[in-house]
Amino acid sequence: MTNPAGMPTLEPAQGAKDQHMVINMGPQHPATHGVLRLVLEIDGEIIVRIYPEIGYLHTGIEKTCEAKFYQQVVPLTDRINYLDPLSNNLCYALAVEKLLGLEIPAKGQWLRVVLAELSRLNSHLIWLGTHAMDIGALTVFLYTFREREDILRLFEAVAGQRMMTSYIRIGGVSMEPPLDFFSRVQAFISSLPEKIDEYANLLTGNPIFRNRLKGVGYLSSADAIALGVTGPPLRASGVDIDLRRDMPYSGYQNFEFKVPTSTDGDCWARYEVRLVEMRESVKIIQQALDGMPEGAVKADAPKIVLPDREKMKTQMEALIHHFKIITEGFEVPAGEVYQGIEAGHGQTGYYVVSDGTSKPYRVHMRYPSFATLQSLEVMCKGRMLADLVAVIGSIDIVLGEIDR
Amino acid sequence: MTEALKPTLANKAAVLEGMPDHPAVKALEAWNSAALVEARFDFGELTLTIAPDQIRAAAAAVQAAGYNFFEDMTAVDWYPSAPRFQVSYHILSHAFKERIRLRVLLDEVDPSVESITAVWAGANYYEREVFDLFGIRFEGHPNLRRIMLPDEWKGHPLRKDYPVEGYR
Repeated sequence: MTNPAGMPTLEPAQGAKDQHMVINMGPQHPATHGVLRLVLEIDGEIIVRIYPEIGYLHTGIEKTCEAKFYQQVVPLTDRINYLDPLSNNLCYALAVEKLLGLEIPAKGQWLRVVLAELSRLNSHLIWLGTHAMDIGALTVFLYTFREREDILRLFEAVAGQRMMTSYIRIGGVSMEPPLDFFSRVQAFISSLPEKIDEYANLLTGNPIFRNRLKGVGYLSSADAIALGVTGPPLRASGVDIDLRRDMPYSGYQNFEFKVPTSTDGDCWARYEVRLVEMRESVKIIQQALDGMPEGAVKADAPKIVLPDREKMKTQMEALIHHFKIITEGFEVPAGEVYQGIEAGHGQTGYYVVSDGTSKPYRVHMRYPSFATLQSLEVMCKGRMLADLVAVIGSIDIVLGEIDR
Repeated sequence: MTEALKPTLANKAAVLEGMPDHPAVKALEAWNSAALVEARFDFGELTLTIAPDQIRAAAAAVQAAGYNFFEDMTAVDWYPSAPRFQVSYHILSHAFKERIRLRVLLDEVDPSVESITAVWAGANYYEREVFDLFGIRFEGHPNLRRIMLPDEWKGHPLRKDYPVEGYR
C-alpha cells in the first residue's frame, strides 16, 4: 500500500521492521490540547520515534498582518494564544512602541503588568486543570475553571470581552478601567493563594499523580537550550532565566518576585515550578495594586492613540485625529525591531519590520510552544506510550500559537 | 528603555568604533572579519549581516562567544528590490542578558542558505517554516519538508508576489 500524499514516510530501524508499529494520535484527541497530530512509532509500548504533524490551525496570521494598519493587528494577536491574550497584545504593542519611540505613562505600564499577570494566571489555571484531567484527576479541572471564570470577569470589566480582549493597545491601554476594578482584583488575589493550596492539597500528595509525573519526561538543561525550550519547562530543567527579571519591560524592574527553578527536569518539576509561579504572580499583582501610580493610562500622542470617546464627540481636533487614525492609520519609522516578553508558556517575541508606511511590512511572531514541541521526542523516547499524555500536558502547548 | 535611546550606528565602521568591546562583534571580527559584511545598531538592537555561505560558522562563533540561545528565525521578502530575501536570526545570551540579530541576504533565483541545525537543533522547525512559507532552502537540514501547509501546496504564501485574493 502506498502512502497518500502528505503522509510522513516512516522508516523503522533496519532489521526491526516487523516489530515496530506505527500508530496515529490526533488531530482529534482530547489529550493533545488542540489539533496536534502525532505519528508514533512504537515497539510494544515503548516509544521509538515521534513525528509531530502540525498546521491544522494555520490561518496565515502573519500574512494577514501585512494587509492591516498597525492598530488593526492588535485584535489578530489575541487569537494566536487564546489562553494568554493580554501577553500577546502587550508584546505586539511594545514592539511597535519601540519603533515609534513612544513612552507609556507609569500607570499605563503598571496596569499592563496587572493584566499580563492575570493573563498568566489564566493560562496556568487552564494548564493545571487540563493537565490533571489528562492524568485522571478530573476534580481539579472544576476547581481551576471556577477561578478562571473570575479572571474572565475581570477581563470583561476592563475590555468588554472575556477572551479576545484587545485591551492593551499601541500607546497604552484602550481606556481607563472601571472604578471598582482594582477592588475586584484585590478581592480575587486575596482569595487565590488559599485556592492554590486547595489544588496542591488535591494533587501534591496524590500518589497516582506523583507516580505519573515523577521521573517522567526528563529534559536536560543542555537539550532544553539546544531545542529552544523556554518558560517553565526551561526553568524546571535548571536554567534560571526569566525575561521579566533579566530583560525587564513595561516596568517589571519595579517589582520584586522570585523566579522558581528546579534541577529535576521532569514533569513533576514543571508542575512545581508553575505552581510557585502562580503564587509569585499574585505577589506581583499585590505590589502593583499597592503602588499603582496616578496619571494617564495612555501616552500623549494624539496622532497615534485614539482620543477618548467624550473628547471625540466634543472637540474638533480630537475628531480629526480620530478620523485620520481610523481611515489612514499612522506612519511608523522604517526599521526592524524584536521584542521579547515572558508570557505564560515561555518567551514570546514579535519581530516587526516597518518600511515607513502605516501598514507593517512584516510581522513575525515567535511563540514558545512551537519550539517546545520539538523537545517532545527527546522527552518521550524509550518511555512508555502512556507517559506521552503526561508529557504533553506538562509542556503546556497551545496549538493556536504553534500553527498561527 | 535606556538601550533604545542610544544613538543609531548606521554602518560597520561606526559599530566597530562605537562598540568595539561588544562580545559578539569582537568574536565575529576575530573569526572572520570579511564575512561580517555589514553591521547596524538601531532601536537598541544590534544587527550583524553575515555572508550567506558563512552563516553556520558565524552561528557557531557567536555561540562560543556566549550567545547560547537560539530564540527565533524568520525571513523578509523585499520584492521587487534586490537582494530579495533577508533571513533574520535572533540569538539571545543568557549570560549577557542581551540579544543580537544575525542576518543574511539572498538573491531571488534559487534562494538557499546553510542550515544552522548543526549548531542549534531547535532551528529545525523554524527553518522548515521559512522553507514552507518563503521557499528558501536550507542546505544540510535533516528533514526539509513543508510544516504548516499540505505537502502538495503550490507556492509560498509569505512571498510578496503571492496573490492574496481570487482563485489559485
